[in-house]
Amino acid sequence: MKIRFRLVSVSAPIIALTVSFGLSSLILLTIGKDPYETFKIMFEYGIRGKSIVSIVNRSIPLYISAIAVAVGFKMGLFNIGVEGQYLMGSLIAAYIGAQFSVITPLHVLFIIIVAVATSSLWAAIAGYLKVEKGIHEVISTIMLNYIGTGLIAYSLTTIFDEPNSNYDLPRTKELPETGKMPPLNKFFNIEDLQDLHGFLVIAVLVGIFYYWLVWKTTLGFDLRITGSNPIAAKFSGINPKRLVVIAMITSGAFAGLVGLAPLLGYFHRFTIDFPTGLGFAGIGVALLGRNHPFGMAVGALLFAFLQRSAQILDLNDVPKEIEQMMQAFILLIVVVFYEVIRRFLVKQQIKDASKRTDE
Amino acid sequence: MKSKWLILFMVFSLFLVACGGGSDEAAVEEVVEEEPAETLDSPATTAAPAEPVEDPKSICLVLDIGGLGDLSFNDLAYSGYQKAIEDFGMVGTFLEPDGGGENRGELLELCAEAGNDLIVGNGFLFDASMNEVAPNYPEINFAITDGVAEPSNVRGMLFKHAEGSFLAGVAAALKTQTNNVGFIGGVDFPLIHEFEQGFIAGVEAINPDITIQIGYASVPPDFSGFNDQVKGKEIALAQYEAGADIIYHAAGGTGTGMFQAAKEVSEATGSKVWGIGVDFDQYYQVGTPLPELQEYILTSMVKAADVSIYNAAKATVEGNFTGGANVDDLSTGGVYLSYSGGYIDDIKDVIEDYKEKIISGEIVPPSVRP
Repeated sequence: MKIRFRLVSVSAPIIALTVSFGLSSLILLTIGKDPYETFKIMFEYGIRGKSIVSIVNRSIPLYISAIAVAVGFKMGLFNIGVEGQYLMGSLIAAYIGAQFSVITPLHVLFIIIVAVATSSLWAAIAGYLKVEKGIHEVISTIMLNYIGTGLIAYSLTTIFDEPNSNYDLPRTKELPETGKMPPLNKFFNIEDLQDLHGFLVIAVLVGIFYYWLVWKTTLGFDLRITGSNPIAAKFSGINPKRLVVIAMITSGAFAGLVGLAPLLGYFHRFTIDFPTGLGFAGIGVALLGRNHPFGMAVGALLFAFLQRSAQILDLNDVPKEIEQMMQAFILLIVVVFYEVIRRFLVKQQIKDASKRTDE
Repeated sequence: MKSKWLILFMVFSLFLVACGGGSDEAAVEEVVEEEPAETLDSPATTAAPAEPVEDPKSICLVLDIGGLGDLSFNDLAYSGYQKAIEDFGMVGTFLEPDGGGENRGELLELCAEAGNDLIVGNGFLFDASMNEVAPNYPEINFAITDGVAEPSNVRGMLFKHAEGSFLAGVAAALKTQTNNVGFIGGVDFPLIHEFEQGFIAGVEAINPDITIQIGYASVPPDFSGFNDQVKGKEIALAQYEAGADIIYHAAGGTGTGMFQAAKEVSEATGSKVWGIGVDFDQYYQVGTPLPELQEYILTSMVKAADVSIYNAAKATVEGNFTGGANVDDLSTGGVYLSYSGGYIDDIKDVIEDYKEKIISGEIVPPSVRP
């Protein structure tokens, strides 16, 4: 049974990918473009050196965001608030990080801690509301996203703003040199390409840490048990209220790391140009990767690949929006397929069980 | 089980919401796409150049957030780009960025790698990515709208918005019956303050006792105020109700709502109120697709960013492109007040008089808030 489920888990994304390529081809055909040529152009552009660096850079925040969502998923909590959480964390970290200067490792570590603390505090509000006031986390995190956006807009233009000559666009002070994370180009010997974000190292560590936390610790066990059977978990002595708050805080802590790759590796300050939408994108990657650290890494790389390689399409008279449709197709099909499989397996289990009782 | 489906449903509605903005823009895009061509009095086709050129030069235009169909600086840039393609037989590409600034440099780079001769980044947000990309391609010409960049192969196309806005203020002050005028800005930040301050100075030059109402559609980092017709109408209705009979907007697509409000108020009260357009000659730009609004457009403060891009393309074709800051004002004709519709022909002498004074330096309209 287990092996069969594993096989299905792996085949689902592959089937989804194939079907979504098929559907996208149909759409390309209806607008009079050659799908084979289109995918060929995308692929050839996507595997060039600069593209690969860009893909890895893009996938780092996507991956961490997916992990933040997955921690919640593991215990049946749906944290849609990663978006607001990481933006809050990035803003505060960018501001405080720019106020002083110490040696790079300490400085970067400090910025990370500030971001993680801010984001997990912001997420804790949703946890508190669920436990104490019975407000579903989907509602509260969506609302907290709006509140967060408003707070960021206000504080970025007032408290955190650094006056500047470029039409005084709202932005924080630039991080000092010690607060910038060095790129990994030297390490990979690719110094002729653009910066490969140093945060890649942290993303890998985060993936390993996530695996250890969820599958190798008591807390992770409690999370998974509560996720799969809340009633059984309660009777086995798990305090669900405490766990909800802990899960939200953990999810928020991961969320705090989402914005740090672009912050420490590229922007070095919080501006109106700072990337948004990573929190929502992470939900898709988590679904695609089935909350598994390796699956999500593949999912993040896949989406990053599609995003990067689509950039070339406008130059070839193909609307690059086709890439967004492909992402949506993949997700839709994967989710539907997982559900179909799950039902089938449940039926099988019941059959097996009844057979055994008959004997 | 039920709750699982509910959650799935919510995820997808979220994705829809997230994608919704994009699809709306796409819808608007189709409607407006032909418009720039019309305002430039040229055929809508871009594909075939007037006369085939051997070894054509190429131009790449990278638009900014909002994309095509914003009735503002993206459409403006696009119309200049289109005219350059027609007149010089250039090969053109235009790109729209994703959210997030890292993508800007990526697109500039893409244009450069494709071997374009001129690359235009439309908007001041491109300055950082210009500094990053342009030095690697010294043989390519770059241009940036409303901003400057350090590399010597980048032309910064700047405009003295305050000078044109001053004239708009003069026109409003001479034409008002109620001694009450309004200003609607798109986003409350220094670029738009140039329009606001110039306008105020112009009004006060004629009559310092005129009341000036000031409203903004959004504050940064929210830049939706450049394309929010509903908000534009709301603010305009409030200003007209408070006694204004002429409102000047510097708010891109938001301004269309203002013209709608002008029509509504005029019809409801029986006494005519006006709006003053910006960027384009909106008597044609708004008035052609929406002829019912045309008679409420008193004049427009035209900012010829399209001409600047056209000129950059021309210089590229002729081989005499220069980098550095390139400032357009009343004297170069890059900024001017339009007389389309003939509603301000009777005060033309006064306006031209002030124009001369500004060009000669006798009057210097303020561009920053005191």
